[in-house]
Amino acid sequence: MRDVLGIIVCNMHDDLVPQLTANRTLGSIPFGGRYRMIDFALSNMTNSGIYDVGLVPSKNYQSLMNHVGNGQEWDMSRKNGGLSILPPYAGARGVYRGRMEALYGIREYIKASDAKTVVLSDSDVVANIDLRPVIRQHEESGADITLVYKRSEVFREKKCAALFFNECGKLLDLYLNPELEGTQNIYLDIAIIKKPLLDELIAECASKNEHSFVNSVLMQKKGVLNIRGYLFDGYCNKLTGLRNYLDASLALLQPEVRKSLFPAERPIYTRVRDQVSAKYGENAKVSESLVTDGCHVDGEIEKTVLFRGATVEKDAKVKGCVLMHNTFVGEGCDLQWVITDKNVVIPAGTHLAGSEKYPLYIPKDTVL
Amino acid sequence: MRKKMLAMLLAGGQGSRLYALTKDLAKPAVPFGGKYRIIDFPLSNCVNSGIDTVGILTQYEPFELSQYIGNGQPWDLDRMGGGAFVLPPYQRNTGRDWYKGTANAIYQNLRFIERYDPEYVVILSGDHIYKMDYAAMLEKHIEKGAAVTVAALKVPLSEASRFGVIIANEEGYITEFEEKPANPRSDLASMGIYIFSADKLSKYLTEDEADPESENDFGKNVLPNMLEAGEKMAVYAFEGYWKDVGTVDSLWEAHMDLIDGSDLDLYDNSWKIYSRSPVMPPHMVEAGAEIKGSMVTEGCTVGGKVERSVLFAGVTVEKGAEVKESIVMPGATVKAGARLYKTIVGENAVIGEKAIVGTDEGKVTLIGPEAVVVDEATVEAGAIVGKEEAK
Repeated sequence: MRDVLGIIVCNMHDDLVPQLTANRTLGSIPFGGRYRMIDFALSNMTNSGIYDVGLVPSKNYQSLMNHVGNGQEWDMSRKNGGLSILPPYAGARGVYRGRMEALYGIREYIKASDAKTVVLSDSDVVANIDLRPVIRQHEESGADITLVYKRSEVFREKKCAALFFNECGKLLDLYLNPELEGTQNIYLDIAIIKKPLLDELIAECASKNEHSFVNSVLMQKKGVLNIRGYLFDGYCNKLTGLRNYLDASLALLQPEVRKSLFPAERPIYTRVRDQVSAKYGENAKVSESLVTDGCHVDGEIEKTVLFRGATVEKDAKVKGCVLMHNTFVGEGCDLQWVITDKNVVIPAGTHLAGSEKYPLYIPKDTVL
Repeated sequence: MRKKMLAMLLAGGQGSRLYALTKDLAKPAVPFGGKYRIIDFPLSNCVNSGIDTVGILTQYEPFELSQYIGNGQPWDLDRMGGGAFVLPPYQRNTGRDWYKGTANAIYQNLRFIERYDPEYVVILSGDHIYKMDYAAMLEKHIEKGAAVTVAALKVPLSEASRFGVIIANEEGYITEFEEKPANPRSDLASMGIYIFSADKLSKYLTEDEADPESENDFGKNVLPNMLEAGEKMAVYAFEGYWKDVGTVDSLWEAHMDLIDGSDLDLYDNSWKIYSRSPVMPPHMVEAGAEIKGSMVTEGCTVGGKVERSVLFAGVTVEKGAEVKESIVMPGATVKAGARLYKTIVGENAVIGEKAIVGTDEGKVTLIGPEAVVVDEATVEAGAIVGKEEAK
């Protein structure tokens, strides 16, 4: 779709998982053995034919730049359009406070695009969403803005916006972090918007010193603009915290979740690392686990996600864990409900346990 | 700037002794080691040796190979002023010809070589699994002031009769060649890897082409002619893992070497082997699965028992299935209750429920790409099942 521009804001919601974003943007949080959070947003764009995409980070974005490179893995290394990383435009007020301010910083980039439609997205959602029907519905319904939402129970979502529509499907109201019972329409922070309208809204918000898309645009303009919703009913997780991170990681062990996230016709792309196949030793015992290329397993793993290059030595027991890149678990260790960040070394004989509801997190490069 | 060394990779081989595996596929494109194809080894060696321009000569079933090479990007061979080039035979105003032999294939592409005007040309084949620094070999070539340097491997004398054997003097210059001798006088086997000084290559290939009696083969014609003409020819002794995977047995053995841990270290980051990666999620090991002493690749789903085996990308081993000492290539499925012993399964083949293929002790069994073994069938050890003769 040559007339669609994608914009992904990478640092929204960093505060929800402070542990994992200590040295990186939310978009570059490792997920699912070989991916980073942003791979889902980027692949959704590619798989929907959107190759003109701007990434807007705000801070700590070295790991993100390193990961996406020139966008070639997502087929976004293009002469016309392609992937652009748009470092924040720090004005007198410092780096942006909200989405509209972030967009104000890159207004020249948006203006220069000859796209008719813009897809705004964050990088905190793990889902395989075909955006083509969303854009088709947006165009056919004549909406000014179309919001993608899922049906979910509010208490599961820490920070969320619940959407209410009238019988014609127009946005009636929107509650932030509501204390509501039952299943609601939870906004996924993915919006389709007409580009001329976006240009106007960016200028208007800037002149009024407003910075939030939800507060300044959706809430204030819901009566004036034709804002509609699109229900996404596939598997979807919006990252809300460390426990949710563990839950979402272990959800990948369910076949129906993998089927929804990784259909053959819409792959999730990521940076290629040229790792060798995973190697299992003579003492390996593996059950219900997701294992990535470059891993060595000679111990026992159960309900666990191993990232590239993770090693579990002989007689070690690992259960309910997420072990990121190059984690080393020595002989005879016993780990339960532990999340290790990259390059963590756990020497032989160490026992560590978190709980299913409160996982133990070990920061990047820690040598115990 | 003039290029120091350019590589020409002979990838036109049919690999007829791999039977069903190479029916629709050039031998260099045969999958190897869980993530690779045979050609990844010489290509990665080139890049790791600092060579940025590789001509890849194809002839037999070139389509899948060309598609695999693409723009050369996975090997870092998408370069300005160089890169990877697939070179099939083509029609010219003097006529058209298939590649008649290894030497003729290079001869037909002399114009390609001249475009880059390299000082040296390394000739490689796409049939072997090994890691080798061609830059170190070039150093020797220059040091010896040779017209050509031939890489050689020490093999047990009893096996030397399978190879082209090199007889060299103490200074490391070649004095004689013997092609597959009955009673070999040397244990130095030619690896089919040659570094030529570019002017000599062009001279002797042109002469060889003019000789109607010639079989246009480097080993049989060009090198002996050079020796006769009194050219300085050096031998470069290679030490390390080198395996011809041109037969079903040797392909199987090479995979068992990987599992047992051989001199071929794929995990060495200083000499990575690159490949075009399929885009697949990590592999899933289901409850009740058993995996021991094996290599498993992304995209696999394992519910059964896997022992001393290599599973390539996207393989499914269903619950209750058993895979032992076998090699299962990309996209193949082993259905519930099926049992595989000492078997090579080609790409996208399907082994039906409760089928029994091969035996523990017998010969290596081969199930070709896309072949289907029906439910509850028995395939004898050593059998070859192609796509058409589905059991």
